[in-house]
Order: sequence, then structure tokens, then C-alpha cells
Amino acid sequence: MAVAAGLGPRLDRERFQWSSLAMLAPALALLGVLFIFPVLYSGYLGFTDLALVGSRSRDYQFTGLDNVTRMLSDYVFIKSSWLTIIFVVGSAIVGQTVLGMALAILLRNALVSVRAVIGSIVIVAWVLPEITVALVWYAFSQAGGTLSILLGHTDTNFLVAVPMLIVSLANLWRNVAFSMLVFSAGLRNLPTEVLEAAEVEGASAWRRYRMVILPLLKPTIVTNLLLVTILNLSEFTLIYAMTQGGPGIETMTLPLYVYQEAFVFHQLGYGTAISLVLVLIGALFSLLFVRASRSQV
Amino acid sequence: MSAVEARRAGAEKLIVVPYSRVSPAAVATNMILILLGSFFLLPMLWMVFASVDSNPDWAIKLPTPTLANFTDVLGRADAISSFRSSLILAGTTTVVTTVLAVLAAYPLSRMHIPFKRAFMLAILFASGLPVSMLIVPVYQMYVYFGWLDSLYTTALFLAASSLPFAIWLMKNFIDAVPAELEQAAAIDGASTARILRELVLPLTLPGIAVTAIYTFINAWGAFIIPFVLTYSPDNQPGPVEIYNFMGSHGLFKFGDLAVFSLLFSVPVIVLYLFMSRYFSGAFNFGGAVK
Repeated sequence: MAVAAGLGPRLDRERFQWSSLAMLAPALALLGVLFIFPVLYSGYLGFTDLALVGSRSRDYQFTGLDNVTRMLSDYVFIKSSWLTIIFVVGSAIVGQTVLGMALAILLRNALVSVRAVIGSIVIVAWVLPEITVALVWYAFSQAGGTLSILLGHTDTNFLVAVPMLIVSLANLWRNVAFSMLVFSAGLRNLPTEVLEAAEVEGASAWRRYRMVILPLLKPTIVTNLLLVTILNLSEFTLIYAMTQGGPGIETMTLPLYVYQEAFVFHQLGYGTAISLVLVLIGALFSLLFVRASRSQV
Repeated sequence: MSAVEARRAGAEKLIVVPYSRVSPAAVATNMILILLGSFFLLPMLWMVFASVDSNPDWAIKLPTPTLANFTDVLGRADAISSFRSSLILAGTTTVVTTVLAVLAAYPLSRMHIPFKRAFMLAILFASGLPVSMLIVPVYQMYVYFGWLDSLYTTALFLAASSLPFAIWLMKNFIDAVPAELEQAAAIDGASTARILRELVLPLTLPGIAVTAIYTFINAWGAFIIPFVLTYSPDNQPGPVEIYNFMGSHGLFKFGDLAVFSLLFSVPVIVLYLFMSRYFSGAFNFGGAVK
């Protein structure tokens, strides 16, 4: 006992070191001031009538649930919420996941040269700055643009005729590489014995994918769904640069509506309230995926 | 035919058949990929062709070659100043984010910190929060501090918003380096600062490069944050300048617009190629949600 006391504190257990706090401090300080505080602050601002200019920019006050009742009777907000859900479900959850997985599987079975070239093209589309993607897709979908020639309707401006479809396609075009890379990594990590066993037993390719690979990929699919939903929910630049939410409000998803209310119509309080709904939708989707992944295992 | 020959013929059949067979499935796979690939290639190719075309159009076509578009854009003061702004903005963001992420990721990977798991989950959650949620309160704060319209303060917010993911990425890279070397150095009496400087830093250099390049690519393309937080023409980074260009006279000068966005895209493509060989590991998300 006396000997143990003379040796000081036990060394076989990890101890807290002050140096770790010193190393964390700069990151925590920056995150505290420009991340955590704004998050909490927006939780408050969303329930005020803060304006960008005029008397309400200084004397704003807490207005309780006024912003919420205003939303419920704001048809732009309702439409905007639907557009956001259409965009995320169509472009990200279905489009990106299905095409991303298809690309990953096809590339795995393709000739080496085809794999290298096509894989690189898809990845370059993802690495390009969003503003460049907005520009090339703007050009692609104009009347007289490449798409209109391919479809044989040279006088149709597809960005006006089917705006939501075009921005969803442009977004799919840009982001599918992410899902493709996630699924490629997932496929690489599958246990080869199981796949070989299925092949030896004579399972057809379709049956192998359906009964063996898909179930094994489930954790990867859930992670992919979670990430693409969160990333796409807040998509702003691509849609805004292509359409500014138009024509009319046909592509005014929630992030664009937040920007318009806050910085064009000067309703900072109401804009923040809408952004809180966006966070809520993201949390809801995440919960749904995590639930779905647990219920069937 | 002797038994040996027969067996050899059988073995050759086994070896040769899978290679010489051109199955319809394999042909279909490659055809579908080439079709999909052209869907990805066509919009990009328009930009490349239009940039060297003396008479470009919205449709993709073989150019009548000229370098006039390039000399036109490179002679524009606003184009040059937007590159300068983008370099300052993305450079500052990258330095701040990378330094803070390395410093924070090391103790999160190696040391005993109370509530570490909860902290990492909070970090992951934070990297998913939409910027549109933060932009209003941050704008309010910037008005209050008098920080609006400065590239450096704007970079500070960009750094804060990219820090959660950078810490997460960096921690995974440090986790992959075996801890025994550091333990040996610690037993030999090296200080934490020295271990970090002479052991961890060199060993995690690829990870640091990936984190820095990833941050740079994102900051280089950032639009809404500088769009809201800066207003004077000299401070507009590339994406905002291209957006303004599209809105004002871009519709009549396809060639210039194509050159502008092409020049603006080249640095990030080069950087991506540089880091891609280290990056694939970052996509092993399988089971991360469990």
C-alpha cells in the first residue's frame, strides 16, 4: 500500500491531460463563436420579427408563434416545401442512389479502359465548381442548346418548360459521383467468399445482386441515403444560379426561399424560421433512415 | 490422344474460354457505360469547345478556332481581381481550417477526453447543418462587429463551417497511424509538442494534404457565403463574379463566359487529381451509422 502510494497515480489507466484541452481550444473557440452561437441564435431569431432595414432592424421583438402561423397560411412556403421534397427525393434519394449504385456495379464489370475514362468523367463533373455546373447546364438546356437538338425540339427552352426536372438532372449530374464512390468502396469491402459461393452454386447475376450483394450493402445504402439527403436539402448555388427560383416560383426550394425572404424581402426573422423548418425536415429524414435500417436487421 | 494430352487440352479449355468469350452482358455493360458517359461529357465539352470558338452558340459544335476569348477574359480587370479574391478567400480558409483541424483531431484520436464519443457525434451532426440556417445570424453578427465586406472575416466563417467535417476526416487519418511509435517516443521523454511536430505531422502528411485540398476545393467554389457577406466589386470571388457575368452580359458573350469558368475550374481539377490517390479511403462509410 505504502509502495503504491509512493509511485504516484496509477499509470495503467488513461488520464485526462490538460494539453489535450489546449489543442482543442482554438477549434472550439472558432466553432463556438461562428457555429454554435449562430445555431442557438437562429433558434431565437426564428421567433422574432427582425428585419434587415427599417425600424424592425433595431427594435425587433419576440413574437412567439407568429412566424409559424404565417408559414401555415403562406402558399409560397407550402409550395416551396413540396418542391424541396420533390428535389431531394427525385434527385438525391432515388436518382443519385440508383444511378450511383448502377455506375459502381457497371464500372466494376467494365473493361479497364472504359472504367478509367467513364469513371474520371463522372468524377470531374463532381469536382467542378457549382457555378460552372450551373453555367454548362444552363447552356445545355436552352432553346437551341445541345439537349434541345438531341430531343429534336430546338425551339424549346427546357429550363422554362420543365425547370424542376432540369435542375434536378443538373444536380444529379453533379453529385452522383459521391454515391458512386461510396458504393464502389462498399462493393470492394464485401466478403469475397460469399460472392464466390453464390457463383459456384450457379446463382444468376441478377439473383446474386438481388439476394446476396444488396442485403450485404445495406449499411452502405443507409449511410449513402443519410448523407445525400442532408447534403442535397441545403442545395442553393446550383438552383439559384440557373433559375433564381423561377420561372415564377417553380424552382423556389426552401434554401432559396430563405435567401429571398431574408435578403431580398428583408424579413430576417421569418427567413430564419423557414431555415429551422429545413433543419427539421433533415432531422426527420435522418430518423426515418436510421429506423428503417434497424427494423429489418 | 494420350491421357496427358487430353488433360492438357481440357486445362487449356478451362483457361482460354473465360478470356475469349465476348458475352452479350459484357458488351451491354460497356455500351451502357459509354452512353452514360456521354451524358456526363456533353455539357462539359460545350464549355471547352465554346472557349476556343470565335462564334459559339448554346449548342455544342466544333469550334472555329480562336484565342480571342482567352485574351478578352485575361484582359478584364474584374476577372483578374476575382481570381485574387478567390485565392485569398480559399487560401485563408484552408490554412485556418487545416491547422485547427490537425490540432483538434490529435487529442480526439489519441488522448483520453471525457464525452469524446458525444463530441464526435456532435461534430458529425454539425457538418450536416445547412449553411442557409447559419447565414442570417452570422450576417447579424458581422453587421454588429463591423466585419462585413472583408475577405478575411468571410474566410473565418467559411473556416468555421468547414471545420466539423475537416476534424472528422483528420481524426480518421490519425486513427489509421499506429500509436506505438508515439508511445515509444513518450516513454523516451519527448514532449507532446515534439511528438506532434516530429512524428505525427510527417506520418499524417497525406491525410493533412487531403483535408487541406478538400477544404480548398469547397472554399474555391463557395457562393452564398461571399455573396451575402461581401459587396464591393473588388472583393467578389470567382463564383460570384461568374454569376454576375451570366446575369449582365454573359448571354451575349458565350465565349468569354466559357473561358472564365474553364479557367476557374482548372485549379480544382488539378488539385483533385493530386489528392485522389489518397482520398478513396475517405469513402469507407459502411456501417458508420450503426
